Amino acid sequence: MTDIAANPTAVHDTDHHDDHGHVTATGITNEKLAMWGFLGSECLLFGGLISTFLLYKTRSDGGQTPHDLYDIAFTSISSFVLLMSSLTMVLAVTAIARGDQRALRTWLVTTALLGSIFISGQVYEFTEFLNEGYGYTHSPAWSAFYTLTGFHGVHVTLGILMLLSLIGLSFKGHIPTKRAEAVEIVGLYWHFVDVVWILIFTVVYLIK
Amino acid sequence: MASNTATTEAVVDNHAHPTDAMFIRTAVILAVITAVEVAWSYLPWGDSFAMHAAEVGGLLIMMAFKFVIVANVFMHLKFDKKLLTGIFYGGIILAVSVYVATLATFQFFSGSDLPYVK
Repeated sequence: MTDIAANPTAVHDTDHHDDHGHVTATGITNEKLAMWGFLGSECLLFGGLISTFLLYKTRSDGGQTPHDLYDIAFTSISSFVLLMSSLTMVLAVTAIARGDQRALRTWLVTTALLGSIFISGQVYEFTEFLNEGYGYTHSPAWSAFYTLTGFHGVHVTLGILMLLSLIGLSFKGHIPTKRAEAVEIVGLYWHFVDVVWILIFTVVYLIK
Repeated sequence: MASNTATTEAVVDNHAHPTDAMFIRTAVILAVITAVEVAWSYLPWGDSFAMHAAEVGGLLIMMAFKFVIVANVFMHLKFDKKLLTGIFYGGIILAVSVYVATLATFQFFSGSDLPYVK
C-alpha cells in the first residue's frame, strides 16, 4: 500500500477500475472511447475547413488577403497562451488523480482563464479586421478565414463551458477521485483544441 | 492484503506514469519550438523554389513535431492503450489523405493560379 501513497496516479488506476466495475472488450471505458472517436471525426471537420481556406486564401476580390493584415506577434502570444492552457489542464488531471481538490480547482480556473484570454484575442483580431472593412462576406478568402478560425473559437468556448461545469461540480463535491476520468475526458477535448490551433497557426498564419 | 499490494504493483509496473515535472518540461519544449517557428517565418527566404520549400518544409516539420508532442504526452497516448493511438492517428491520416487528394484535384500543388477555384 505504500506504493500507492508514493505514486498518486496508481490510486487513480485502482479507483478507476473500482468505479467502472464492468470490463469492456477494449479495456477502455465507453465514455473515453467515445471521446477519442469524436476527436478522430473532428480531424475530418477541421481538415475540410483548412483545405477550403488553402484553396481560397488568395481570392480576395482585389482587396487585401487575410495574410496581409495578420499581426503575427499578437497571434504568437495568443498561441503561447493556448499552449500553456494545455499544461494547466494536464496539471488539473494529475491533481484529481491524487485527490487534491484544491489544486484541481486552481488549475481548472487557470485553464479557463487562459482559454478566455485566447478568445478575447480572437475577438480583438476579428474586430480589427472588421474595422479595416473586411467582413465575413467581403470575399471567399475572408469567408474561409472567418469560418475556420471562428469554428475553432467556438470549440474553445465550448471547452471553457465544460471547464466551468467541472469547477462547479468540484465545488459541490461531485468529482471525487474515483470519477477522475471525467476531468481526463474534458482534458482530451481541450488538448485537441490546442492541437488544432497548432495546425492553424502554422498553416494559416505563418506559411505565406 | 499481500494480494492487493501485488496487484497494485503489477498495475504500476505495466503503466509508465508521467509526472508534473515531465509535463512542465514538455510545455517548455513546445514554447521554444513555437518561438523558433515564428523566428523561422521572419527569416529572409527569398523567392527561389528551393528556399520557399525550405521555409515551408521547416514550418511543417516543427508543426508536426508539436502536434505529436501534445498528442503523445498531454493527451497521454504514449501511456494509454494502443487502440486509442490507432483511432486518433487513423483519423489524422485519413483526413490528411482525403484533403491532400482534394487539394491535388484543384491543382493546389501545381503552383498555377488554381483554375478550378472561382
